[in-house]
Amino acid sequence: MGSITLDHVNKAFGDVQVIPDISLDIKDGEFVVFVGPSGCGKSTLLRLIAGLEDTTGGTIKLDGADMTNAPPAKRGLAMVFQSYALYPHMSVRDNIAFPLKMANTPKDVIAQKVDYAARTLNLNDYLDRRPRALSGGQRQRVAIGRAIVREPKAFLFDEPLSNLDAALRVNMRLEITELHQQLKTTMIYVTHDQVEAMTMADRIVVLNAGKVEQFGTPLELYRKPANRFVAGFIGSPKMNFIDGQDAARYDAHSIGVRPEHFQLSRESGTFTGKVAVAEQLGADTFLHVNVERLGLITVRTGGDETFENGETVHLTPDPQRIYRFSADGTALSHGQA
Amino acid sequence: MATRQTRALARTMMAPAVVLLLLWMIVPLGMTIYFSFQNYNLLNPAMQSFAGWFNYEFFVTDPAFVQSMVNTLLLVGGVLAITVIGGTLIALLLDQPMFGQGIVRILVISPFFVMPPVAALIWKNMLMHPGYGIFAHIARFFGISPIDWFAQVPLFAVILIVAWQWLPFATLILLTAMQSLSEEQLEASEMDGANAFNRFFYIILPHLARAITVVVLIQTIFLLAIFAEILVTTNGGPGYNSTNLTFLVYRTALLNYDIGGGSAGGVIAVILANIVAIFLMRAVGKNLDT
Amino acid sequence: MARSVRPQTKIAFTVLAWLVGLILFFPILWAILTSFKTESEAIASPPVVLPSVWTLENYFDVQARSDYFKHFFNSVLISVGSTLIGLFIGVPAAWSMAFSPTKRTKDILMWMLSTKMMPAVGVVVPIYLLFRDWQLLDTVHGLTFVLTMINLPIIIWMLYTYFREIPVDILEAARMDGAELWKEIVYVLVPMAIPGIASTLLLNVILAWNEAFWTINLTAAQAAPLTAFISSFSSPQGLFWAKLSAASTLAIAPILLLGWFSQKQLVRGLTFGAVK
Repeated sequence: MGSITLDHVNKAFGDVQVIPDISLDIKDGEFVVFVGPSGCGKSTLLRLIAGLEDTTGGTIKLDGADMTNAPPAKRGLAMVFQSYALYPHMSVRDNIAFPLKMANTPKDVIAQKVDYAARTLNLNDYLDRRPRALSGGQRQRVAIGRAIVREPKAFLFDEPLSNLDAALRVNMRLEITELHQQLKTTMIYVTHDQVEAMTMADRIVVLNAGKVEQFGTPLELYRKPANRFVAGFIGSPKMNFIDGQDAARYDAHSIGVRPEHFQLSRESGTFTGKVAVAEQLGADTFLHVNVERLGLITVRTGGDETFENGETVHLTPDPQRIYRFSADGTALSHGQA
Repeated sequence: MATRQTRALARTMMAPAVVLLLLWMIVPLGMTIYFSFQNYNLLNPAMQSFAGWFNYEFFVTDPAFVQSMVNTLLLVGGVLAITVIGGTLIALLLDQPMFGQGIVRILVISPFFVMPPVAALIWKNMLMHPGYGIFAHIARFFGISPIDWFAQVPLFAVILIVAWQWLPFATLILLTAMQSLSEEQLEASEMDGANAFNRFFYIILPHLARAITVVVLIQTIFLLAIFAEILVTTNGGPGYNSTNLTFLVYRTALLNYDIGGGSAGGVIAVILANIVAIFLMRAVGKNLDT
Repeated sequence: MARSVRPQTKIAFTVLAWLVGLILFFPILWAILTSFKTESEAIASPPVVLPSVWTLENYFDVQARSDYFKHFFNSVLISVGSTLIGLFIGVPAAWSMAFSPTKRTKDILMWMLSTKMMPAVGVVVPIYLLFRDWQLLDTVHGLTFVLTMINLPIIIWMLYTYFREIPVDILEAARMDGAELWKEIVYVLVPMAIPGIASTLLLNVILAWNEAFWTINLTAAQAAPLTAFISSFSSPQGLFWAKLSAASTLAIAPILLLGWFSQKQLVRGLTFGAVK
């Protein structure tokens, strides 16, 4: 069991309000990702849930029990740190066994659980090594192993993949997702990488300046962003924003069109511009088109067509996929042109 | 960055150290200040009475005081000059490529680990003895009549001994600082056409400035308190020729049992040390921010 | 030193450096050599460099005449004892300041350092009188207490600079793993900081061993450590240089060895982390 409820939680460091007021309801077994730019308060929020920081106000409940002032050890949560935070002076085996040892678990039970965790995570061959003799990916697995042996109510991940290289990151992403499907334990995962958020999460919390901008499933966020911030943060390449008279035509302060929602034509279209840079990725091509009045617009198109720099192209936004925003950035009902 | 609980624990854990040091500082210092205003002699302890500024007047107007102040300054200044200049040169030398660098390093730093009384005794007897000391042998070998160090130049003799003890300290710290200078920076300056002389004055010396400051300040703290070397070699003499402030206080309070006078001297020593300490703390404090 | 140098240059530097090293080391070397000579050889003119017969007689004499080992053990007790007590008080304090700093932490550290700068003569009179009244003069525990207080600031400072290099993540991981505070310190912090704690221990043993103001002024026959014992040789009692050398060699040998091992940490410890 592992439902987590935040009720009007706020946190200030001195005079600085890091988190003004957040309420969240995380269901048991859910994989929730906190995503946002650096400094948005996502790590602080995670540390509040962990009990490594205390709240300035509000309550945190685990499985309905008030844990706001409980020390981390009493909350029954496990955490995987960005730096892995392995104990350098202990072998992999002792690292994984540490939380059990702290709970005075009998030796044979410890051995059994460590063995199970090692098998799950393919660490059998490394149990007697020290962390420093392991690769980044292996260290990451040890950190996860240390977390799972405790059978916690929930796992907390603090940007666990940011120290790995790109290829490994994709692998570990899959492994963590698989682990979640296997264990069905609540997981909270903090990242600044929206791709990780989109691929792993059941639901995503988009944070900005300590506020929840939106809380929903990945596709909800992609399809119905609540505001301009979420629209710009979710999706890659980023959504194009258009202000001024071109937006006014759609009866909005600004409009947003994703790169994949433009129709590209060599003959005619709503906007006309010159190709500034064409990034050929093979499967896709990203065109950065210099459109008069609008500046650089990114367009995603198939990888088969080729474009010359300086070539004139015409862009037409898909009328069903135009996002309209008011002056304060709130999304207006979308899709009508 | 932690919870209230952790912070509360942290304060508890810090308390013993803070309380002990607080007591260690306040109680004796308070008593010293109190005694410095008392007529109090251990030879006649019943006669204790308020003395006003008498002890200070007495201590300061004693001709020995002026001499001991001069000696203190000469001792500190002389040792600093020898150790900083010598230390820089030796550090520069040790930083060069050579065979057996590790062993040379050990040879150079060894004097620092010799306890002051031993250092003083070795120098007094086996090196500086006018009859049988090595220096006397060397002098006679060149046909010069040997110097009676502790009779003719007692303070200088003490300065030499203390400098020998502290030269390794300066060398070691300046060498460490020198080695933290990036090789690339030196190579870049070489590419820019700087010769060895220029490299020393424009690159190495500025880089060492901070370490030199630290060496000067820390040594000053210790050098103001030089005691055993004087006790073992000259006992402050002849006359007051090699008496520094520390030794004068020792003499007044523990040899002449003049608690009031000694305390007044102690307070003066504290004030003197604090002036240096303020500068040292600034230098060390800067390091905390980085 | 990746730069290539001509072999002649390297040899020149080698010769020069060894010359400087040997000159600085000479007084120690001379004392060691003299300790193995007979008394007459020790003051022979011209001087005898190597003893014609290496004798251990001086060492036995020093022990027989003045119970050398009593003073040696006093030194061990006082220096090791004061350091261990200092560590016991210092580790928790340094933990607090390194991992749970407040706005005042820096001020407290600076203040602790400032107590180290108080000259001994500023407080010797009251300490002497209090020790006299409390019958602590010439006792090992009295002296141990004084040396603990003197070196505590250095101990805390050194530990603090070492602890600060330990990522706080790892301590938090221990907290998440269910470790209480004392377990966090015993199972995680201390093992990780072993090198730092060891150098703190080493440097403070050295400093306490060589401390020569309090040890001389607060002891007489009973509790005198080697500093006070050696100082008693200063009174003119004839020329017993070989014996004096033997006593000196014994007094400095253990610390010389320890010092050679800890030279790197020494820099950091003595500059309070200002030079690393």
